[in-house]
Amino acid sequence: MTFLDYAPAPESRSILDLRSDYGLFIDGEWRAGRGTPFASISPATEEHIASIASANEADVDAAVSAARRAYEKTWSRMSGADRGKYLFRIARLVQERARELAVAESLDNGKPIKESRDVDVPLVAAWFFYYAGWADKLDHAGLGAAPSALGVAAQVIPWNFPLLMLAWKIAPALAAGNTVVLKPAETTPLTALLFADIVRQAGLPAGVVNIITGAGETGAALVAHPDVDKVAFTGSTAVGRAIAKTVAGTHKRLTLELGGKAANIVFDDAPIDQAVEGIVNGIFFNQGHVCCAGSRLLVQESIHDEVVDRLKDRLSTLRLGDPLDKNTDIGAINSREQLDRIRELSAVGEAEGAERWTAECAIPDNGFWFAPTIFTNVSTSSRIAREEIFGPVLSVLTFRTPAEAIAKANNTPYGLSAGIWSDKGSRILAVADQLRAGVVWANTFNRFDPASPFGGYKESGYGREGGVHGLAAYLKPGSSALAAPATRSQKAARKGAAK
Amino acid sequence: MTRLAVPKTYKLYIGGKFPRSESGRVYEVASASGSFLANAAQASRKDARDAVAAARAAVGGWSGTTAYNRGQVLYRIAELLEGRRAQFVSEVADAEGVTTAAATAQVDTAIDRWVWYAGWADKYAQVAGNGNPVAGPYFNISVPEPTGVVAVIAPQDSSLLGFVSALAPALVAGNTVVIVASQSMPLPAISLSEVLATSDVPGGVVNILTGSPAEIAPWLASHADVNAIDLVGAGDLDWVALQIDAAETLKRVLAPENGPDAAAPALSRITAFTETKTVWHTKGLL
Repeated sequence: MTFLDYAPAPESRSILDLRSDYGLFIDGEWRAGRGTPFASISPATEEHIASIASANEADVDAAVSAARRAYEKTWSRMSGADRGKYLFRIARLVQERARELAVAESLDNGKPIKESRDVDVPLVAAWFFYYAGWADKLDHAGLGAAPSALGVAAQVIPWNFPLLMLAWKIAPALAAGNTVVLKPAETTPLTALLFADIVRQAGLPAGVVNIITGAGETGAALVAHPDVDKVAFTGSTAVGRAIAKTVAGTHKRLTLELGGKAANIVFDDAPIDQAVEGIVNGIFFNQGHVCCAGSRLLVQESIHDEVVDRLKDRLSTLRLGDPLDKNTDIGAINSREQLDRIRELSAVGEAEGAERWTAECAIPDNGFWFAPTIFTNVSTSSRIAREEIFGPVLSVLTFRTPAEAIAKANNTPYGLSAGIWSDKGSRILAVADQLRAGVVWANTFNRFDPASPFGGYKESGYGREGGVHGLAAYLKPGSSALAAPATRSQKAARKGAAK
Repeated sequence: MTRLAVPKTYKLYIGGKFPRSESGRVYEVASASGSFLANAAQASRKDARDAVAAARAAVGGWSGTTAYNRGQVLYRIAELLEGRRAQFVSEVADAEGVTTAAATAQVDTAIDRWVWYAGWADKYAQVAGNGNPVAGPYFNISVPEPTGVVAVIAPQDSSLLGFVSALAPALVAGNTVVIVASQSMPLPAISLSEVLATSDVPGGVVNILTGSPAEIAPWLASHADVNAIDLVGAGDLDWVALQIDAAETLKRVLAPENGPDAAAPALSRITAFTETKTVWHTKGLL
């Protein structure tokens, strides 16, 4: 052991009391699924964690019906103050059970415990706490007096931040007075199922929150269900397109939070040490399984070599391995399928002429792993500069002028996020103005907060999550929100038209 | 002896110019009572693509103007429309077969609508934006920005007011527009392009197509360089198919509206074609 090596410091799994199999959480009770159950495994070891029920169309229908009943009979009649108190309870329960949730998340997802413990779970609590306070203040949401809930929300979430995405979906929906049916991702259902127990502990009326598990077909059945009023999806752009087509022509309101290929722009006057940390955080946080990851590094030509050298030095100190080890920086890739995709695109990057550098680190024998990788000399037309890799792979491009940086940053069908590193405030603000992205981080990256709206431009989707914008996505405007009072000539026009 | 009138050739309005349809096609526009009014250009797919290209080229300039400036330009449209009030009253009366009083009321309302939306240009961002109290040492602000190129299928049963009601809000934030006029009553919309061309509205910011919405709309709905589509006047088309086309490029879509309140003035018609951008910046004394 050298002085840079760390003794193993695994977080104990004894805090978990997992069942061998999980059913569907519908109408406040556990039910068997009528589809074929599937296994959730640990991506770090491939060990079997639990058998998970699969919801078929009849189960989806039962869940939507339960949500509809709860909406009509209970939740839509409850005062906002009481809805808020339930959400505050949930926030506190999440804090009380934070350790258990973090361990379960890292076990099921493969992300480092320091991230699930210090980022995911605290944000989950914060999200419920933030929206709890909105529940009795909807008149102030900018939608006129007494805006109303939409009804039943169908929510389908991804595997990269399983419990956090649940919170992003459920907290604003319930605060606004909707009831929900949520489907977690097939590879990461565990924390959503633990959340069902938090729902029980909070004493939430039956049917207000329903959790159903399954694969893509379950999600497709859920968003297509005719009694759903709102669809919220986070995931791939391809599935987002399919959902937009499914809900076309219906009354369903839709928000989509899809893929990204964010530019992280580093100017030559940037504080380099912070920028290097920001670049690392931007693309290697959560193994790069982040829709807003800074996967395209745009670095000013004059400092390219220095930045890349420092990046390589920094990446060489990252520790890849057991997600439950408190010293781990890079955890496991979430699934074999995702690992295959990362490998494929990386091979394409090499074949298209980019120069590959991979951090040296021991790869465990079992599980799915991909060492932090940087591609330099990447051309703008290369697939690794255009397609979302969703893994710990950074593509480095260069620019000479701010105008070129902006043009390259915007040269993508996506528009979720972007980063700017510079010591010059006026330039940061001017560049931020020009970037076609929903979230711009200046001299920081990958910050999230329940008060801060998040969501994309262009093919990164539409609608916002977080803040008052995220609340509005679950509300119909109140009647007084109709804007312009009729003028004299309008009244005359109506009279004339009536003739 | 009565003077023989000089009739106007009604053409398209693309990129600040008045081209005929590249297809060479026209269709006959009749008054409500069936008499010949004019031949209008029947825009083709290629005209639609030219219009989108012109609109895209104009986004940077128009969205880059100050909100104060955009508000003044939109207000100027109202000023010039007011000056040509009599012409528009006559055209609306001819097109729709309504009384002069009703046509006057429609034109006046259309003028007032420009004034109302003009006033929003430097205010909507204050109403739709936020400073966000995030839990950390960050400056964090959310502001709405224009979506980009907006395609509009104008209301089909209103020759001027419906057209203006759909067009004006899309311009407020700095979007550029490709708008398909009422098929049966297109002439007031084309005359409006003359007002736009002399109102300091830069070429390409508004592009007006006449012809068959059923023919043109699918090209706009599927065009990858169109960011949003307002189907307010598409109620008689297969608008679900248009929405499915639009989903392929994840366009923002507004659904059809019917009746006299279609495209009623509302802040939500402005914000429907905006994107919320949230900017974070670190705070520190050193």
